[in-house]
Amino acid sequence: MEKTTRALTCIVCPRGCQMQVTLEDGVPVSVCGNICPRGKTYAEAECTHPVRTLTSTIRLQDGRILPVKTNGAIPKHLLFDAMDIVGGLHPAAPVALGQVILQNLLDTGVDVVATADAE
Amino acid sequence: MKTVTTDLVVIGGGPAGMSAALAAYDQGIRDILILERDNALGGILRQCIHNGFGLHRFGEELTGPEYAARDAIRVKELSIPYMTDTMALSLSPDLEVRATSQTNGIFKIKAKAVILAMGCRERPAGALGIAGNRPAGVYSAGTAQKFVNMKGYMPGRDVVILGSGDIGLIMARRMTLEGAKVHAVCELMPYSGGLARNIEQCLNDFDIPLLLSHTVTRLHGKKRLEGVTIQKVDENRRPISGSEQYIPCDTLLLSCGLIPENELTTEAGIALDRVTSGAIVDQDRMTSLSGVFACGNVLQVHDLVDFVSEEAAIAGKAAANFIKNQKTPPISVSLNAGDGVRYTVPQIVTEAKDVTVYFRVTDVQKDVRIALYDGDTCLLSKKKISVAPGEMETLSLSPEVLKEANGKTLTIKIERKD
Repeated sequence: MEKTTRALTCIVCPRGCQMQVTLEDGVPVSVCGNICPRGKTYAEAECTHPVRTLTSTIRLQDGRILPVKTNGAIPKHLLFDAMDIVGGLHPAAPVALGQVILQNLLDTGVDVVATADAE
Repeated sequence: MKTVTTDLVVIGGGPAGMSAALAAYDQGIRDILILERDNALGGILRQCIHNGFGLHRFGEELTGPEYAARDAIRVKELSIPYMTDTMALSLSPDLEVRATSQTNGIFKIKAKAVILAMGCRERPAGALGIAGNRPAGVYSAGTAQKFVNMKGYMPGRDVVILGSGDIGLIMARRMTLEGAKVHAVCELMPYSGGLARNIEQCLNDFDIPLLLSHTVTRLHGKKRLEGVTIQKVDENRRPISGSEQYIPCDTLLLSCGLIPENELTTEAGIALDRVTSGAIVDQDRMTSLSGVFACGNVLQVHDLVDFVSEEAAIAGKAAANFIKNQKTPPISVSLNAGDGVRYTVPQIVTEAKDVTVYFRVTDVQKDVRIALYDGDTCLLSKKKISVAPGEMETLSLSPEVLKEANGKTLTIKIERKD
């Protein structure tokens, strides 16, 4: 059994806790330095399957730019693939805040949604 | 010139202006007018498409446009009057605001109270005095953000960023995701000006180097930027000769600090704080001109929009009480930034009630005590594991402490914990 430690900065909130994760054979067994339980969840995910929420923009058919986000976190290694797909979305107005623009992005189960209105 | 009268004018329709107007509305004020120079409410949040806003205030992570929409929707639902595409030109000492728009021309608004919520601007290239030519391709990070996120233009492909403020870090990620190569983020200071989480998710995620104690000392290229010379700096922030390094790039983004936008304030003769570059205010965020309040980034540059909204609500509520003429008998306590403290907001307290003092420290320090002194007497103190200039600190003062300190100056200091 191999015991290792990994230092992480939590990205869940602006506090940015400095955390230490202890891993046994790559599996997180303990987390310290976090102030809230969300830090532990983040640290464990970061060591096994790091995920990020993606925010970007799309160009509507009429040429206007609309901000969008993934309505959940997607695997970090898919960020650039996701950017390619999001960049190809050109829906027609009107679009409402929260409206789903694309379902199940890259089979992640996560949708791309509008984060502003376009009338 | 057309003249309109109203109880309350709010200058600026960003997060501060909207929160202030909503707080005044909640106190029963209906005759309100918000002036916004852009074509929609929301202010700078409209171009901040990344998430991370609203955790404090709403308990969930929102993008900038989503955070702005929360307040904008309420403003519209409550039918609080606002004018977009309208620029406030001046504020007179008798609370007359002159404004202009394409549809109304130049007009005057007479108000019983005014809330200043104009936000801040980025420190421009001209203020940095970098040697070399003045080619195209040098932008403030916020300008680049507007190009990319609102206009759909990419300012360039090979990028160097000077300054590690949050906007610079956010733009490092944004430009990278859009296909640019960000070669480095240079930071003059030995520590970053941005949040640790942004260094992690905007730089480390994409292997973008953060060069601390480095600055850009020369711009190369005639028509378009072709590269920059960067240099290490010593402890006095002076470039070290021999440490020059040339980085080819077509774009330099500047994220070198924010400056409250106080032209109207200055013109109205309102006293400014030399450190914050914002107005000197009391616990209600009232300025030296009676009936004029200031809140948000025009008063002091905040770390989080949640705190902007919080501060603006204080100003909005107080402006409503001012209009209703509900002033309680005043006291006078001055607050002084002592050792290790750069500034405090408010700078004066005129009412003995629960007051939260916001302040910034001068240096990164560990294991310290934040202490409040009346002369040599320590009135209260609290422990902190660490403090940094990039993170605003607070200290709560009770009505009892304030009543006791009437007529005095209280000093906030950072002390080593023994």
